[in-house]
Amino acid sequence: MLRKIVLVGNPNVGKSVVFSHLTGSKVMISNYAGTTVEFTSGELNTEKESFELFDAPGTYSLTPSSKVEEVASSLVDQADLVINVVDATNLERNLFLTMEVLERDVPMIIALNMIDEAGHKGVKIDIEKLESLLGVPVIPTVAVSGEGLKNLIDTLPRAVNKITEPLDTAARWVHLGALVGEVQEIVHRHHSWLETLQDASLRPLTGIPIAAAVLYIAFQLVIGLGELMAGFIEKYFFEGLYEPLLAYLSNLLGGSGFLHAVLIGRLIDGEIVFEESLGVLTTGVFVEFGVVLPFLAIFYLVLGFLEDSGYLPRLAVMVDRGMHRLGLHGYSVIPMVLGFGCNVPAALAVRNLESRREKFIACTLMAVAVPCMAQLAMIIGLVGRYGGAYLAVVFASLFFIWIVLGLIIDRVMPGYTPSMVVEIPPYRIPSLKAQSKKLGMRIKGLIVHATPYILGGILLVNILYTVGFVDYLGYIFTPIITGLLGLPGEAVSTLLIGFLRKDVAVAMLVPLGLSARQFVIGTVVLAAYFPCAATFTVLVKEMGVKDMLKSAAIMIVTAFTAGFVLNLLLDTIIPAAYLAFGLVAMALILALVLGSTSDRRELSDIDRVA
Amino acid sequence: MQVNLVEMKPGQSGIISAVQGGHGFATKLSHIGLHEGKKIKKISSVFRHGPVMVCVDNFQVAIGYGKAVRIMVEVTNAEKNSSGRQS
Repeated sequence: MLRKIVLVGNPNVGKSVVFSHLTGSKVMISNYAGTTVEFTSGELNTEKESFELFDAPGTYSLTPSSKVEEVASSLVDQADLVINVVDATNLERNLFLTMEVLERDVPMIIALNMIDEAGHKGVKIDIEKLESLLGVPVIPTVAVSGEGLKNLIDTLPRAVNKITEPLDTAARWVHLGALVGEVQEIVHRHHSWLETLQDASLRPLTGIPIAAAVLYIAFQLVIGLGELMAGFIEKYFFEGLYEPLLAYLSNLLGGSGFLHAVLIGRLIDGEIVFEESLGVLTTGVFVEFGVVLPFLAIFYLVLGFLEDSGYLPRLAVMVDRGMHRLGLHGYSVIPMVLGFGCNVPAALAVRNLESRREKFIACTLMAVAVPCMAQLAMIIGLVGRYGGAYLAVVFASLFFIWIVLGLIIDRVMPGYTPSMVVEIPPYRIPSLKAQSKKLGMRIKGLIVHATPYILGGILLVNILYTVGFVDYLGYIFTPIITGLLGLPGEAVSTLLIGFLRKDVAVAMLVPLGLSARQFVIGTVVLAAYFPCAATFTVLVKEMGVKDMLKSAAIMIVTAFTAGFVLNLLLDTIIPAAYLAFGLVAMALILALVLGSTSDRRELSDIDRVA
Repeated sequence: MQVNLVEMKPGQSGIISAVQGGHGFATKLSHIGLHEGKKIKKISSVFRHGPVMVCVDNFQVAIGYGKAVRIMVEVTNAEKNSSGRQS
């Protein structure tokens, strides 16, 4: 069996960067605490020996007080050797964990990472002295560029198992204060422009306009560039090249029959229509590569920049006040933002939140009101045809649901959401290489994970139609679907497929020949009613079956209520544009007027404790 | 003068003198590097009940209002040039 090496260290010190360099395997890396929530493992081959390398989630201490810390702590217990990655710009704080590792019975070496950044910040460290005081090898590294990592590997045989006397927390800090005083010298120097921006994005007067601008630009970029790219691909690839090919195939198959239905789908006026035909090769391929992929690529490009620059934690600070009203704190904005890409990683990121209450609220709100990019791309493309006002109604409805549901759950659910304590990383200029690597990983992930679901979903639709199951279901559910939502009974099939892939489900609304208002109702219900299978699996794991059932009940009730209300109001009483505006305004007013209950509950709880 | 982090003014520095309300909270804070006796500087805060940003050593931490009121600081000096800044 291979010997185990574990990378441990504080959050956001670059463990994953070291890991991906040493193993050559690809892992997600960003500039904020909590990117890695589970451990990853890979093989590390040196000239003499092969090891199994583990990338532990970042932790400040080995005293397990959260799930993430438990993972790190148990990894250290199983390790044959520990590489402690230390942020050279924050020596004292990082060495606290180092001391805890030293107290355990395991050989270790230290990677003194970001030594270049420490230099820029005027922090000088006497590495030899640090080595002799700690009693373990200390190797300076710059993981992003790979500097020092060869040296780190060569030092592995010199790892020392130096069991020190356990100290209590206070004594450790006293000891560290003295130690760091001996090895570190700080030279004062002027603020860089990044640091000036850093301060500006944290002050409300400048920070809120910055946050608004960042979100607006990100939104515009995704929509604008996404549409541009999708249009380009549709025109030159799908219409120019692919359609003639499929038309030929359609002829070959005789224009009808089961195989034709599955592969090509229905012909509309004798022609293939990519959005409507519902064949594996027509709609299936088109949805994935013609619509979802371009939007998702642009989204992840923008997200990658936000993640690596270190802006997201600052956004968390700016929205903290508002999020408290929904029973969450600012840091839960990160899963929400991730959710717009795909709900699966977002559900995993919820693990960074402390309490069961927060996790429940964050998961539920995310699953109900944050549509993933695949679904959004379809919504933008298909609802957009009816005009911007209808698109606005979809977004406004989801925003309204997000706010009002949060306000309600926060009031109904016992307990309170404690306020956050988060480290704010310095701004860093994202490297082009890291960005393209990350984008490549995410796009590959989409293609690998989504393709079977998209194609399988369409296959299933065709089978269900062919055997008459859709008609049967439509007949049974007509009272609900038609009576409540004003949609044709067949629309129930989209809810069925939505569990597999929401993007395909939205596409399935097209052949139903819906009016604008019906299409809006259909998409909102589809977005909110239930997460897709992939998300559902992760949510069950993160929340437990009991909470997931409660959450699912909330989702279903919310979706149908929203659909019913839209059916009552949209275009019958209130025109689309006014309704969109009204929903957003009402949500904001409700949030402002109702305020937050958490502060009061948290403060009274403290009084009780104190 | 002992004040909590919310009462402290942006630009002021001090020494953390006490952390109120629960042993778990104090331990957790201490693991991040905010322990009694540590020098701390307040950078800014967002609104009246928003998070407080502080700087300790070389790093910045955002602390939500509910927790910031529980961290007591012995103020040592007030930076003059930051008195006009928004808090």
